[in-house]
Amino acid sequence: MIQLRAALDWLADGQNWTGAHGAGVLVWQHLWYSLLAVAIAAAVAIPVGWWVGHTRRGRGLAVGVTGAARALPTLGLVTLLGLMLGVGLQAPILALVVLAIPSVLAGAYSSLEAVDPQVVDGARASGMSELQVLSKVEVPLGMPVLVGGLRSAMLQVIATATLAAYVGGGGLGRLLFLGLKTQRYDLMLAASLLVIALALASEVVFTLLQQLLTPVSARR
Amino acid sequence: MSWTLDNLDVIGQLLGRHLLLSLPPIVLSLLLAIPLAWVATRVRVLRAMLVGGSALLYAIPSLPLFVILPLVLGTGIRSQWNIIVALTLYGVALMLPATVDALAQVNPRVLDAAQAMGYPSLSRFLAVELPLAGPTMLAGLRVVAVSTVSLVTVGAVLGVPSLGSLFTDGFQRGITEEIVVGLVLTMLLALVLDLLIAHLGRLLLPWSRPLRRGAVGQGAP
Repeated sequence: MIQLRAALDWLADGQNWTGAHGAGVLVWQHLWYSLLAVAIAAAVAIPVGWWVGHTRRGRGLAVGVTGAARALPTLGLVTLLGLMLGVGLQAPILALVVLAIPSVLAGAYSSLEAVDPQVVDGARASGMSELQVLSKVEVPLGMPVLVGGLRSAMLQVIATATLAAYVGGGGLGRLLFLGLKTQRYDLMLAASLLVIALALASEVVFTLLQQLLTPVSARR
Repeated sequence: MSWTLDNLDVIGQLLGRHLLLSLPPIVLSLLLAIPLAWVATRVRVLRAMLVGGSALLYAIPSLPLFVILPLVLGTGIRSQWNIIVALTLYGVALMLPATVDALAQVNPRVLDAAQAMGYPSLSRFLAVELPLAGPTMLAGLRVVAVSTVSLVTVGAVLGVPSLGSLFTDGFQRGITEEIVVGLVLTMLLALVLDLLIAHLGRLLLPWSRPLRRGAVGQGAP
């Protein structure tokens, strides 16, 4: 418990938050990498997922990709890309994007599958074009499920971004590995607590977003 | 291939260690989830707490949890117990909601019938409810197995040896082949355990196979 006290004291000391390698910068970097990776993954995976969900084509492949991704060890991907692309930001960001894609993809295609088929048929019967069915009915109704996919992608990415520091990226992992190398357990603890706080904060934000984006008609 | 052939003994040792770190959390999460789910399905307040707690626990990233556990367990940062306990917690966090759902899916009429036949509460749970929930629980356990095998590798950055050591060592020494071997073996191990659990489940729970048409009289109305 002395160590926990030391970690909390470290976090409470304003001096540790300022400067080029201060906690403030590291938290910001961590968040920035994660948001960037999820945004890139979303730009790639959401259109594909919507296409799969709307046409019901390639569903088996999409499910397979999502399942296989669970078995992929994140550290292996981070180190492999780190070795191939060299020390820097590209490797960690690319690894995070690859890890975020399955969750976003699953969220996107299942968001359309969750929509009541009778509603979709009704929209078609009332003369909507396929594009209108997608953009005015399926996508809005499926929004909470899609945000759920983004939420689990963000959680996964925030966790893995800690490993990015292992291959030379920044973020809170830098503080954690600094603590490991210098045998400063309090630093490791402080970094861990900050990562957990980020992960929980992201869960809260996405839960609120999910509620906000649930169409009024679908709220209970 | 030369690195692999020169280091077969190291790879074998790490594979063995990886298996020893993976199996206890998988087995323990199943064993712990059953009594917890039993309680959760009977006490409403506890159900919300346990299922909510599982979701919260699952939101905690693995590396920070590995770092925090020594504080609670009194272990060293490089102790394998941190990994085993952390992955058991994640396993329970996955298995508990799956088991609660599986128990909720059991047809209440079957339970009424068992009670009418004179099954006392506990043996009704063990002999009727649990076996019928088995196939759904099995799906949950397969997810636990795959994610556990994958998460064990993270411990390597703290110095707990597993197939993940092939990633850290390969990265530090610049041997791409070593990392690729680690990736392939980790995913193969996950696949093998997944198939093994599925097969074992089908042997132990023969009713999880879809019924052939006409094998049993009419289904439920």
